[in-house]
Amino acid sequence: MIEFLVAPLEYGFMVRALIGSVLVGVMCPLVGAYVVTRNLAFMGDALAHAVLPGMVLGFIVGINPAIAAVPTGVSVAVLVRIVSRRAGLSTDTSIGILFAAMFALGLVMLATSTTIRVDMEDLLLGQLLGISPTSIYVSLGITVTVILGLFALHHWLLFASFDPVGAQVLGKRTNIVDYLFLVMLALVIVIGIQAAGVILVMAMLVTPAATAYLLVRRFVSMMIVAAAIGTAAAVTGLYISYHFNLPAGPAMTLVASGIFALAVAFKRRAPV
Amino acid sequence: MNTASYPHAARMSLQNVSVEFDGQMALRDVSFDVGAGTLMGVVGPNGAGKSTLFNAIAGLLPVRRGKVTLHRVDQGGGALAYVPQRESVNWRFPVTAMDVVMMGRCCRLGWCRRPGKRDRELVDDCLCRVGLWDHRSALMTELSGGQRQRVFVARALTQEATVLLLDEAFSGVDAGAQEGLVEVLQTVRNEGRIVLLATHDLTNLAGRFDQVLCLNRRVCACGPPGEVFTSEVMEQLYGAHGVGLTIDGER
Repeated sequence: MIEFLVAPLEYGFMVRALIGSVLVGVMCPLVGAYVVTRNLAFMGDALAHAVLPGMVLGFIVGINPAIAAVPTGVSVAVLVRIVSRRAGLSTDTSIGILFAAMFALGLVMLATSTTIRVDMEDLLLGQLLGISPTSIYVSLGITVTVILGLFALHHWLLFASFDPVGAQVLGKRTNIVDYLFLVMLALVIVIGIQAAGVILVMAMLVTPAATAYLLVRRFVSMMIVAAAIGTAAAVTGLYISYHFNLPAGPAMTLVASGIFALAVAFKRRAPV
Repeated sequence: MNTASYPHAARMSLQNVSVEFDGQMALRDVSFDVGAGTLMGVVGPNGAGKSTLFNAIAGLLPVRRGKVTLHRVDQGGGALAYVPQRESVNWRFPVTAMDVVMMGRCCRLGWCRRPGKRDRELVDDCLCRVGLWDHRSALMTELSGGQRQRVFVARALTQEATVLLLDEAFSGVDAGAQEGLVEVLQTVRNEGRIVLLATHDLTNLAGRFDQVLCLNRRVCACGPPGEVFTSEVMEQLYGAHGVGLTIDGER
């Protein structure tokens, strides 16, 4: 058993992958707790795809793709609100339109560029086993920033998530809080994609938080349990990927999904 | 009422307020005054503009013409507390009654400060006042319709609001719980606060209000229940179907 646990850690790339996966396993579920309870899962999915043009633009102008992708993600989130209001469409419909349009724009930019080569498999599955020390530091910085942000905004986020109209009456801060949350969501998604790919980021945003929702009563407990499940799924998935020679992202996703299936079988929460 | 002895006392006046909603004039030239310590019922048929009126007072909708003025003793933040319609609340969000009541402290807490001893004591006190201390750890989804409304009233109290706006507060609340809610609102009113409650349910509680505003896109009548529920006003509110309606205006 000890050999099973220690053997992968003899390799530097596996240690980095372990740290990276733990960071993704913590930061995504923390934000994911809001994504699940505020019905933003589709928004998260859309952002994960819609940041592609920003990333490509980053490659073109020679800046870090993550830095270029965050404003793109936030712009899309803001655009969704504007389109919903102006066109009188549901948020889901607006997200569907913008997410497809932005992803298509990214693909066209990629196709017309002669200098950029982005491997779509890397985008979908990530490069967790090839994660660089720099990416680890960036992920650590973002994780700490997100934790501090969620702590600072906790009461306003709780209010705006439960009773958006009541919170809006209380002050203009509600809008600021909503936009700051979208910035945090975009940050987590962009950094997560770079480290672990679209599929794992989506899985980590939604699945551990949804699992925790079934298991505990209060929101703060839900966040803590979600982060614990995310970490456990990430670490277990990484070990399985090493020992059974499987891609890391999908292995982690399947572990998280397995835990969710167990929670559905033994859930304590009654349907709302 | 001597407002000096009531820190939450307020007086509100609307002058010729017109509000557009969905490209249509939803309210036209609405004028009325509410004094400190008034429990006012806002009645009218569906589509009469009751929610639009509340949204305009709360600043959620722009006032096209006219003016809403609030005179109050306490100049701190969070003067208006809004108790929303049932469907605009995210019931999936897992919060307890205590969590919701603590939300009222948001504007006094600021960005990063955590609730202190005084905040927690105030939350406990307000939960006791609305009779929900024993349910403080219950999830909102585990409470009945009337209990949920009382949690929102407790939140308004911790907010130290001077004006409470309750939109369709009786919706989904049984007659006994409606009675309990009105009793809580009467004690809140007795502290000098203004309470506006929109309802289209006139069956048995209209007589419990101090004032009634009869609204059908414009003010049809405003005054004590015993004076406003005339057959002419009921016809203006509900058309030919309203002529036969009689409301007990006794308090």
